[in-house]
Amino acid sequence: MLIQMEGSEAVAEAVALCRPEVVCAYPITPQTHIVEGVGALVKDGRLENCEFINVESEFAALSVAIGASAAGARTYTATASQGLLFMAEAVYNAAGLGLPIVMTIGNRAIGAPINIWNDHSDSMSMRDAGWIQLYAETNQEALDLHIQAFRLAEELSCPVMVCMDGFILTHAYERLDIPSQQDVDAFLPAFEPVQVLDPDDPYSIGAMVGPEAFTEVRYLANDTQLQALKLIPEIGSVFKEVFGRESGGLIHEYMTGNAETIVVALGSVNGTIKEVIDTMREDGAAIGSVSICSFRPFPLDELQDALKDAKRVVVIEKSLAPGLGGVVASNVRMALRGINLPVYTVIAGLGGRTITMTSLQEVFEAAGEDRLPDLQFLDLDHNAVEHEIVRARRTRRSGPIAENILRQKADGRNP
Amino acid sequence: MSNIEKPVYLEEKLEEIQASGHLEYRSKSLPTWCPGCGYFSIVEGLTAALNNLSIDPDETVVVSGIGCASRFPFFIDTYGFHSLHGRALPVATGIKVANDDLSVIVVGGDGDAFAIGGAHIPHAARRNVDITYILFDNGIYGLTKGQTSPTSVLGFQTTTSPFENHDMPLNPLMMLLSYGASWVGQAYAGHPHHMAGMIEEALAFKGFSYLHVLSPCVTFDKTSKTYQNLGMSVRPLPDDHDRSDVMAAMAQAQKTDAPALGCYFEQPRPTLADGLNDIAARAAK
Ligand SMILES: Cc1ncc(C[n+]2csc(CCOP(=O)(O)OP(=O)(O)O)c2C)c(N)n1
Ligand code: SF4
Repeated sequence: MLIQMEGSEAVAEAVALCRPEVVCAYPITPQTHIVEGVGALVKDGRLENCEFINVESEFAALSVAIGASAAGARTYTATASQGLLFMAEAVYNAAGLGLPIVMTIGNRAIGAPINIWNDHSDSMSMRDAGWIQLYAETNQEALDLHIQAFRLAEELSCPVMVCMDGFILTHAYERLDIPSQQDVDAFLPAFEPVQVLDPDDPYSIGAMVGPEAFTEVRYLANDTQLQALKLIPEIGSVFKEVFGRESGGLIHEYMTGNAETIVVALGSVNGTIKEVIDTMREDGAAIGSVSICSFRPFPLDELQDALKDAKRVVVIEKSLAPGLGGVVASNVRMALRGINLPVYTVIAGLGGRTITMTSLQEVFEAAGEDRLPDLQFLDLDHNAVEHEIVRARRTRRSGPIAENILRQKADGRNP
Repeated sequence: MSNIEKPVYLEEKLEEIQASGHLEYRSKSLPTWCPGCGYFSIVEGLTAALNNLSIDPDETVVVSGIGCASRFPFFIDTYGFHSLHGRALPVATGIKVANDDLSVIVVGGDGDAFAIGGAHIPHAARRNVDITYILFDNGIYGLTKGQTSPTSVLGFQTTTSPFENHDMPLNPLMMLLSYGASWVGQAYAGHPHHMAGMIEEALAFKGFSYLHVLSPCVTFDKTSKTYQNLGMSVRPLPDDHDRSDVMAAMAQAQKTDAPALGCYFEQPRPTLADGLNDIAARAAK
């Protein structure tokens, strides 16, 4: 049934359809509407057998989720930004223990400087925690990925993060197809934990493991991710059979067939990228794109297949590894090991900066002529940064950088 | 102090503020709080107290966490530090330890303090860090638009408490008294003059001073800690209250239905700096 709905509300609906037994709620922008949405469904009586707990922090939210999952409950929570960082220790813990928790990330920048707007710095910081990470391109996909995430998590006994762009998706209203309870029940079997705190079969969870066995446990964590590489497309096909639409999978290709330039990105910006590609194709440019849905596990082979015949790759990414450049681009280069193809990194949309079609088209055109530097910041105010660099060199006590830049922008002149 | 202070007229107030000299402590940024928010009177109270104590803005740092309350440093012209949600106290401890000459004031909301940041309060109190902690208690998370906080009353309805809040609210005054805070008081944003006096006392005290300010969130709380409800229930501490008696302070702190305003407890003792100086002196021998 098609319903006009906010992205967050849609995720709350999807989560409810998956019949979670424990949901931990703690607000942080731009994720708050999701847990509030689940709370509203609890109140409406739509969530039978679900404990909805309002906790005191994200650290508590995931820790409660860890306990609940270990006790055999299908468990869900959501967070963003500072919240994900605050729960970092528990994020690694949940993965290390192999607890199939599903968590939504309403992607938002991390501070300092404080910023509530969208980029991918938060989930990227947790990319190696051992969770599966799926990135939604649209709100329909965000909704669908949650239903797939529970099945994936529980089959592998591995936690899954579903990442969706804060505001751009979480707060956007769209017409969405909300599946029926019957279909979701048919798709998602009841949770059969591989480990559970059961008085009839007592054991403890959280062993101390020394050098004699640590590597083996970690090896198996990697192996779980490799299994996910197979399972994600399989679950995607079953999903299509039941619900009649494509959602999820490892990557989505767009016009890559004869493309000389291929753009790679994660999440909602792929919509804008496709629009630009359509325009450029009309003018005869050989350009296409790949949207990475599964960032962990990282689909090395599938990406290589999709990219290897191109002449160049442009990675548009909403996160920055200071001192290196792009996080996604580094991973893409890994997929292209042994293949001599330039991979350009374009850092875009940090802290919610709008990624415009005009700017993207300029970058893609420059790339087409191999005029791009290895690392570029989309729409960077070069004047502002140059002045700050000079100023900091000149004056030892040059003050807080964020405040200086803001003052420069407000004054419209340089200090 | 009566239950309801005499009405304040804008013109009189403006004249009074201009004459007072504490406008110097106001920054050029106008507060972004909702009209009617209790926090305005806390800015007023703090600037008045700093002015009365002749503490210069450049000898003062206001440290906050995250929340509506924590936007406070932007609206006052002292040094300011807007830190992470729940981390204002340890940041302030660091500032005070590194520069004991600064007057360090910590501000924040009940969520910042008692939910995500709860773990730091006992330690700042027991170490007796010489700072003043002004806690703005509206019993709700304001900045994230109205969710249940650890000081929300039983039965309170928000989006994170389907039907109503079933979790017992914390009693911050009892907590601070048992954590060993050496100065503990309570004020109400609807009684700004009394509050300014309390802030002044808390600032003048050497050691960890904790001022709990009851402050309505007019936008997201229409039923619980409103001006009307608080105005009807607050009362002064009894005249014969003995502020050196922790048990008497606890007895008063238990009376949450009729929150008493004033200084509950005061007991000077060596501060964190005294302990650190002792280590340095003995190490130097
Ligand atoms: C680690 C982290 N988690 C969550 C948030 C989101 N957040 C911002 S303010 C706030 C609560 C504010 O409530 P309170 O401290 O009582 O202050 P008030 O806004 O009511 O003044 C929350 C949960 C955050 N900024 N950082
Ligand atoms: S939301 Fe509430 S606490 Fe925040 S500024 Fe408005 S009235 Fe004050």
